[in-house]
Amino acid sequence: MNDFALIGPILAAMFAAATPLLFAALGELVVEKSGVLNLGVEGMMLVGAVCGFAVTIQTGSAVTGFLVAALAGAATASLFAVLTLFLLANQVATGLALTLFGVGLSALIGQGFVGIPLEGLPKLYIPGLTDLPVVGQALFGQDIMVYLAIAAVPLVHLFLYRTRAGLVLRAVGENHTAAHALGYKVLRIRFLAVLFGGAMAGLGGAFLSMDYTPMWAENMTSGRGWIALALVVFATWKPVRAMLGAWLFGGVTILQLHVQGLGIDVPSQLLSMLPYLATVLVLVLISRDIARIRLNAPACLGKLFHPDA
Amino acid sequence: MGKAVLGLAGAAIALSVGMGAGIGSALAQDKLKVGFVYVGPVSDHGYSYQHDQGRLAVEKALGDKVTTTFVENVPEGADAERVIEQLAASGHKLIFTTSFGFMNPTLKVAKRYPDVKFEHATGYKRAENVATYSGRFYEGRTVIGAIAGKMTKSNIIGYVGSYPIPEVVGGINAFTIALREQNPKAEVRVVWVNSWYDPGKEAEAAKALIDQGADVIVQHTDSPAPIQTAQERGLWSVGQSSDMTRFGPKSHLTAIVEDWNGYYVQRVKAVLDGSWKPIDTWGGIGTGMVELAPYNPAIPADVVKMADQLKADIVSGKRHSFQGPVKDQAGKVVIPEGKTATDEQILKMDWYVEGVQGKVPK
Repeated sequence: MNDFALIGPILAAMFAAATPLLFAALGELVVEKSGVLNLGVEGMMLVGAVCGFAVTIQTGSAVTGFLVAALAGAATASLFAVLTLFLLANQVATGLALTLFGVGLSALIGQGFVGIPLEGLPKLYIPGLTDLPVVGQALFGQDIMVYLAIAAVPLVHLFLYRTRAGLVLRAVGENHTAAHALGYKVLRIRFLAVLFGGAMAGLGGAFLSMDYTPMWAENMTSGRGWIALALVVFATWKPVRAMLGAWLFGGVTILQLHVQGLGIDVPSQLLSMLPYLATVLVLVLISRDIARIRLNAPACLGKLFHPDA
Repeated sequence: MGKAVLGLAGAAIALSVGMGAGIGSALAQDKLKVGFVYVGPVSDHGYSYQHDQGRLAVEKALGDKVTTTFVENVPEGADAERVIEQLAASGHKLIFTTSFGFMNPTLKVAKRYPDVKFEHATGYKRAENVATYSGRFYEGRTVIGAIAGKMTKSNIIGYVGSYPIPEVVGGINAFTIALREQNPKAEVRVVWVNSWYDPGKEAEAAKALIDQGADVIVQHTDSPAPIQTAQERGLWSVGQSSDMTRFGPKSHLTAIVEDWNGYYVQRVKAVLDGSWKPIDTWGGIGTGMVELAPYNPAIPADVVKMADQLKADIVSGKRHSFQGPVKDQAGKVVIPEGKTATDEQILKMDWYVEGVQGKVPK
């Protein structure tokens, strides 16, 4: 087989592999822009994955499944929001606890749904375009969720940088005291941001359980929530860069599997390490430019706020 | 970092659940308490699931004489020792620890509890009160290799591997030898995912292999994701550990099924009648420890006949999975004509036979 012909399938697999990361990372990006650090992404993804799967099995409707997954992710996130925003719990500890909670809760909910196969989403097929050599399948042959994740990128960007609500959200993340003094409801804005992050994480998880590998399995996110968290920093809190980062991660993962299959003599453990190595490398590169991080990292990230203080 | 934390939490949750069950069963004083320690969730429909089927078989066969407890999701590390110790301390007189990484923890606890009997799966260290057991899964891989050789059209077989340990490498070799006997033009491409259980990554590996032209996907990982992927692409697949037909009825040729039921019942009986000894058991198709899942109806009758004959020959000893001459990738004869691989050679296998692409990761 001509190795050149593999470029198309690799690209197609890359976009699909990037999709759960992109959903979760975009959500977390908005959360962090509002000044909140929620490390519970993995847990919220798992709850979304199991709820989406369970509802799809029960109702037979994937649309309902994804909606419920988003709601379930948001509901899980609301726990975090109540604890950290109103009860002033430490965000890092609460986020970690949320992941542990999500792992356990999803396993509990999923007990009755283990081992049930589900049909994945249909792939798009546009005669002519999907048949294009090399890029056809990758660009025009994916399923709807892959395109939705990509469509969310400009939407989040426009919201953050072109709307008044986005400006207020960023202001809250930069300086909550000043925003409060100006009369903005800091806690309400952060609460909504955290809910949005949870909903997006839920969608990312549901993409895995309902489409990517259509089944429910305990802990099936296998650390993708943590990669999504790293992606936000990797992207220096910019939506478009988060997308490029997700593609890079997806691409390196897929590429290393192909390198092995072709029998190219590189240790597989080293190849498995590549996506993480890439993160470290990019973090080192962007860290050399302190100004860039300072400009983009929300100044109040992870700091507690109490309106009466 | 995430994984370590998760593992810990998993252990804590599993431990409390498992211990809860232990307390409940403490009411039945005279019954023999048997404990099981699993590395994964019982719901993995693979490795741990099959061990738990064995536990249920014990309850079914000896229900009035025993009570059983299991602890799932136990990480292979310091936590394992605590879990095993807990079981020993709470009155379990026979404890099965079912993963390779539980070997040293099992021996440590066994030393402190000389009156408790332990059974460790897939390990090699024994003691006065520690027996070992495992399955000759490579025998099953010989049969699926022969079937794959008949079913492939592209002559490329994709193999999703977990970790490059002797059990998995030996499985690839047994598979490839039988594959090329039926079809000398066929070759095997291996992709390692460096995990026993990561559905996403297993699916990605299967996709990569299919994109490279493979039309049969074989796996030595535990999730059914590769089966689903093969079904989606309209290609063949072979399941692992238990019958995975329901994840790809059109794709699933058969699966290697690990059947511990008979062994567990027999060992618990041995403790009950006092005949238990710390022996080493390595059972294959002949002892029923290794089985093949029902064949896909789409497999032609002559192929089924060939596979059944091969199974019978393995049981009768007429055929060995590693029967000379076996050549390595460089064409050097490693197992000469008229000889078969020794158990030690199989247990230490770290080289590929002719017909496997790439090199074994070191």
